[in-house]
Amino acid sequence: MLSLFKTAWGVFLRAFEKRVTVSYPEERPYLAPRFRGRIILSRDPDGGERCVACYLCAAACPVDCIALDAAETEDGRRYPSFFRINFSRCIFCGYCEEACPTYAIQLTPDFEMSEYARQSLVYEKEDLLISGTGKYPDYNFYRVAGLAIKGKDKGEAENETPPVDIRGLMP
Amino acid sequence: MPKIYVDGKECEAAEGQNLLEACLGLGFDLPYFCWHPAMRSVGACRQCAVKEFKDENDARGRIVMACMTPVTEGARISIDDPEARAFRAGVIEWLMASHPHDCPVCDEGGECHLQDMTVMAGHVYRRHRFGKRTYRNQDLGPFVNHEMNRCIQCYRCVRFYCDYAGGRDLSVFASRDSVYFGRSEDGTLESEFSGNLVEVCPTGVFTDKTLKKHYTRKWDLQAAPSICVHCGLGCNTTPGERYGRLRRIRNRYNGSVNGYFLCDRGRFGYEFVNGDKRIRRPVLRERPGEEEQIDAGEAIRRASLMLGDGKRVMAIGSPRASLESNFALRELAGPENFFSGLPDNEHKLLRLVLDILKGGPARSPSLSEVGRADAVLILGEDVTNTAPVEALMLRQAARKRPVEKAVSRKIPEWDASAIKTAIQNEKEPFHVAAPFATKLDEAAKAVYHAPPEDIARLGNAIAHELDRDAPSPEGLEGRIAQLAKDIAEDLKDAKSPIIVSGVSLSEAVVKAAANVAWALEAIGKKAALSYIVPECNSTGLALMGGKSLDDALKAAAHGGFDTLVILENDLFTRAGKEEVEVFFECFENIIAIDHTATRTTSAAGLVFPAAAFAEGTGTLVNSEGRAQRFFKVFDPEGDIAEGWRWLGRIMEESGAGTAWSNIDEVLESMASEVPELQEAIDAAPSAGLRMAGQKVARAPQRFSGRTAIHAGRSVIEPRPPEDPDSPLSFSMEGFQPKGLGKEPPPELIPQFWSPGWNSPQAVIRFQDGTNGGLRGNDPGVRLINPAEAMPGYFREVPGPFRPRKGEWLVIPVYHIFGSEELNALSPPVAGLIPRPYIGLNPEDAVKLEAPPGEEVALKAGGLHLKLPARHMPGLPEGVAALPVLPGVERLRLPQWGVVARPKESAA
Repeated sequence: MLSLFKTAWGVFLRAFEKRVTVSYPEERPYLAPRFRGRIILSRDPDGGERCVACYLCAAACPVDCIALDAAETEDGRRYPSFFRINFSRCIFCGYCEEACPTYAIQLTPDFEMSEYARQSLVYEKEDLLISGTGKYPDYNFYRVAGLAIKGKDKGEAENETPPVDIRGLMP
Repeated sequence: MPKIYVDGKECEAAEGQNLLEACLGLGFDLPYFCWHPAMRSVGACRQCAVKEFKDENDARGRIVMACMTPVTEGARISIDDPEARAFRAGVIEWLMASHPHDCPVCDEGGECHLQDMTVMAGHVYRRHRFGKRTYRNQDLGPFVNHEMNRCIQCYRCVRFYCDYAGGRDLSVFASRDSVYFGRSEDGTLESEFSGNLVEVCPTGVFTDKTLKKHYTRKWDLQAAPSICVHCGLGCNTTPGERYGRLRRIRNRYNGSVNGYFLCDRGRFGYEFVNGDKRIRRPVLRERPGEEEQIDAGEAIRRASLMLGDGKRVMAIGSPRASLESNFALRELAGPENFFSGLPDNEHKLLRLVLDILKGGPARSPSLSEVGRADAVLILGEDVTNTAPVEALMLRQAARKRPVEKAVSRKIPEWDASAIKTAIQNEKEPFHVAAPFATKLDEAAKAVYHAPPEDIARLGNAIAHELDRDAPSPEGLEGRIAQLAKDIAEDLKDAKSPIIVSGVSLSEAVVKAAANVAWALEAIGKKAALSYIVPECNSTGLALMGGKSLDDALKAAAHGGFDTLVILENDLFTRAGKEEVEVFFECFENIIAIDHTATRTTSAAGLVFPAAAFAEGTGTLVNSEGRAQRFFKVFDPEGDIAEGWRWLGRIMEESGAGTAWSNIDEVLESMASEVPELQEAIDAAPSAGLRMAGQKVARAPQRFSGRTAIHAGRSVIEPRPPEDPDSPLSFSMEGFQPKGLGKEPPPELIPQFWSPGWNSPQAVIRFQDGTNGGLRGNDPGVRLINPAEAMPGYFREVPGPFRPRKGEWLVIPVYHIFGSEELNALSPPVAGLIPRPYIGLNPEDAVKLEAPPGEEVALKAGGLHLKLPARHMPGLPEGVAALPVLPGVERLRLPQWGVVARPKESAA
């Protein structure tokens, strides 16, 4: 009998404690920048597409939910002619981001992706590509890599010396 | 066999190898760059360092380069030794100091020998603080992309291109740390084998430019074992597919056929498969000009109406269709109504070649045997253009005897640069008799340019020198008689002489080649006799039987036929336009089965979409007589199916039998109907084979995007297509070949890959010892075997060629790019097809007042052609050359014709 009152008292006291429940969506939880949510494709600081269609994200994906096809612009930059992520299969493991050599593919702190139809979870490139640099504001792959593209000649990448004159006679 | 100890493990190595070859053959992982199984060692990269110990008590040892150290009895080495490891890691760190950090956009990535070796040696981080050396690239033409920054100076490219393939326009420039591999100026690489640089280069300096246009990583390519369809040699290939498009062709090692290399026609001719001229659905054409696509069931119903009910059917097969399809057609129409679709001269020559190879003692050699011959006689064939890889093998044969001589001076065979220095310009007995200058002339000791008759006379004179029973040509010029004597001496001296000829000139030449080979056999020499045939299944079609196209034209003119069925054959490339048009008039219905729209398919009332080589399964017989199976690489869109499958369904619908459910059933009925082709069934394992209870996977285990590829259309994933014809699955699920014994029979290995070995070098994990055949026998089964008995010589010898006044003997000229129908449809190749011309002897041309490029008129066989003149060195006087190219009307060559300036002919 006593225990009954004791329990009721306990419950009553709880009513004055700080609430644990977050009343989402009015109130939003803090999500760290490293949170692994909806995947995006970013652009480099010059506004060009960062993705060079190297297929490494697709290879790293354990559920094989990324498909893309490489193409090349006249400037010599490689890009994906299509880029598709099937979010109904994605497990948000972040391996694609780890594999990406150009910081193009990034996971964001957004998980609000519920849909009524599974088909709506298939994101194409226009759904994925954002206009900013995402988490890595400075990196530009082509400024580091030795490949020449329009506007960046041989020898102009980071750490490079000017092209060798193969007809030179100097020792 | 010498015993060696590798890290304390006792192993058996083969005699005459170096330590690197021995270690790789035994399955050890030892990094290397400059060594290549075909080109052997030069010791340029210092990557394969191992520690060698004096004896079991020696604990200190010394570092040696494995590729430059011969295997000796009881040698003790260590790969795992910490000092050797550190040495190798250091070497690769230096090599990587200027590497351009562009793997993500490098087409070699994922199948890069440099990546593999870097991982193997353990180098991870660039410590070098100074700048990277850079280079400018060159435009090397439509096939090969150049990116010099990635170079590690292993010298493999120039060693292949110049030393192995005889090219002249790729070289090394500059010095010290700025060594440059390229041409002296931008321009298309001249060698027919330039595409091999892509596989030979261990990094991404030379990559496939056609793949670059639709780039896919190796791990994403679905592949299946295949056979090249662009000439009669039957080189083994690995086509790769992604998203329903064929992306590239890679070499598939076959120790008895093409070894490590392909020609550019075979490697880059594949894009006709993706062409916009492809037929993808059945087409009905009730009235000319009106056509509609109909569904497969309807098409089959209509075809059965055209064929059933006592209709008389004529069937025309094709040398570019598989054995199975030709056989199905033969079943449909009956053997008496089956025609080969080849013009009379070619048809007869192919039959003659078969009779010679089956009725005489001379054996048709495999390509690898060609490469091991030690005396060569080429009679009347421009091998570089009609069978390019055979020309590459012949170049190896040309070095055979000089190499043997160097080896007898105690230079190890694998020591490539020492061998090169030792042999200098020494040439082995290599003789070429051709109607004009050919690329192999430069490898030859003696060259004879003459008209077909005189080539045949030379052949017979050689045969007569070897064996007095052989017929001798009368009235032979003293110079030619001496040449014949010299060649006969050289052939007599050889251990394994080879005679190469082909069906491109005349019967007399084919017979003369047989006489030489038989004369060698008569004096107790084992002679190889290689006849070059024009198309991928020419030999198979000849074995199938049937009559020629000319017989078909005659039979149709007599009337009595209702329906014509044409299988994968464009008759307009076989006979004159008017002849074919008249022929088509003789039939009420024409049914065509083909993969690409041609003039023939547009004349047909009903067209069925056939599978191109990568979309179907079948068997081809090459010029050696080797039956080889090619497998479906991918399931194409549309109603595309193999010819035999369509024909089986049509026969079932018309009540003539039940459709074959898979290829094994076709092969079984073929074995019972055509006994000569009985063994074709053994060309590959039957569809029922399972490895550890599974089918073999076509796709690599790291194949990506499985749940996203089709999601654009529907998120519900379709089940992978079924393949009733082979033990291969359209998926990465299934048995994954890994090499070192964990693999299916070699006929079924879709791609060479082994853990840690992603590059084409992975093939060493599938070979029976370094440079051996594939473990478990090289694919293919020989259908032609020589007879024991000696047949009588061909007695008739043509008289000498006499130029006629005002007339020219027109002979055909073949070009590697364009002379075969399908590669001409591939866009990268199309740009390299020569413009049509008429070839003339320079002196004849001067007499005609036709400088190069000036238009001349050719009148022959009822045809008038106006084409620019080309001066061809070596072409004899009184002989004109007409190239076999798209856009040049077909003539039955050789024949006499009149060449004139257009004005004169108009007057």
